[in-house]
Amino acid sequence: MKPAAFDYHAPRTVEEALALLWNYGEDGKILAGGQSLVPTMNFRLTQPTALIDLNGIEGLFFLREDDDELRCGAMTRQREVERSALVKRIVPLLHETMPHIAHAQIRNRGTIGGSLAHADPTAELPALAIALDASMYVRSFTEARWISARDYYVGLFTTSMQPDEMLLEVAFPGLPAGSGWAFEEVARQKGNYAMCGAAAVVDLAEGGSVGNVTLVFLGVGEAPVEAEQAASLLVGEKPTAAAIRAASDAAAKLDIDPVGDIHAGPAFRRHLAGVLAERVLTKACERAAGHERQ
Amino acid sequence: MEQTISVSVNGRPYERSVEPRLLLSDFLRHDIGLSGTHVGCEHGVCGACTVLVDSAAVRSCLMFAVQANGREVTTVEGLDGGQEDLHPIQHGFWEKHGLQCGFCTPGILMTLVPFLEENPDPSEAEIREILSGNICRCTGYQKIVEAVQLSAILLQEKPG
Repeated sequence: MKPAAFDYHAPRTVEEALALLWNYGEDGKILAGGQSLVPTMNFRLTQPTALIDLNGIEGLFFLREDDDELRCGAMTRQREVERSALVKRIVPLLHETMPHIAHAQIRNRGTIGGSLAHADPTAELPALAIALDASMYVRSFTEARWISARDYYVGLFTTSMQPDEMLLEVAFPGLPAGSGWAFEEVARQKGNYAMCGAAAVVDLAEGGSVGNVTLVFLGVGEAPVEAEQAASLLVGEKPTAAAIRAASDAAAKLDIDPVGDIHAGPAFRRHLAGVLAERVLTKACERAAGHERQ
Repeated sequence: MEQTISVSVNGRPYERSVEPRLLLSDFLRHDIGLSGTHVGCEHGVCGACTVLVDSAAVRSCLMFAVQANGREVTTVEGLDGGQEDLHPIQHGFWEKHGLQCGFCTPGILMTLVPFLEENPDPSEAEIREILSGNICRCTGYQKIVEAVQLSAILLQEKPG
């Protein structure tokens, strides 16, 4: 129940951190908020040679609006995002989802970048990143690139970043006026890992039919799962209860292939996905319609 | 390799040489002898080890002591009752019997300090939400909720 020994580095700049990461490669682990990494180290499931602690790099802590996007530094604490009036105004789905992430004490340390890069399939932020079409800015010692959230998640606790790359910043496009959104999840206990969760973003076209819809699940695959068949059923339709029901059924039957664990078997997860899809699509469509009336 | 850190704990400065792998919870208990911070699960689930770092409630088992270098840490021993023996929140727990074995209590108290500062008149739902991060296996939480409600009143009555 105590971590194995490691070399500890607390760089003050991004360049210093990237040089350390380049030097250690896969043997070096980035320490962000530590709320997922440290438990695994306490159990000795993870025994990194070195920890590169980003908590001293001031340039990674920021939230700002830039060209209708929310720009979020990788080390921004989840609690700060939860409390930010800026986040609430331009990406209300993110604001609304934050309280679902663990507990306040965890969110006081936990970071946006840490959760996104950890790629836990039951985490809220990776699913939101896809639902919101976010982009990740990653750098290595020699190169820098943007990766769309859809290309960022490739599997269980796995992203498309290379071992010498580090996530520095996330850009969340602002939700345009007229779009509706919703997030819901089911967990055994408040703050526990969700058995299933769903996020939806909807835009209505002229005349009130569904223009665009993105529905993303967490907890039903090795990475967040985008329900593409459900979305294709709903686009062009009026968002009636029957149309939303049909899309939700399709999401649960066709878009996901959940595996079970001790908390929930595959059939139960499928059931949850259908129920949650119906709830978030209904709420998102109502909100989109409400925006139109304003 | 050991590193020298300077940490303020309950307003008192401490300088110690520690291994990087030393958890903040163990630093508080073993290196400076403040055993009021309890260690339950040691993986961030139970909340018993909650302390304040720069006024924010955090799990001390999920931070390394080296990360507290230059920071201000407050533990249950630092709860200031002023002229009274007990802090108003401790008094609320005593009055309403908000504990049985008491193992989870220090973490709950430290969770409540910033919570009641920000929410001087919380609803029962808000109280239950904040308590969700602290596990108590004795009480069933009913008495704890009542203790928090009384603590909120006592804090508002506190002179000064």
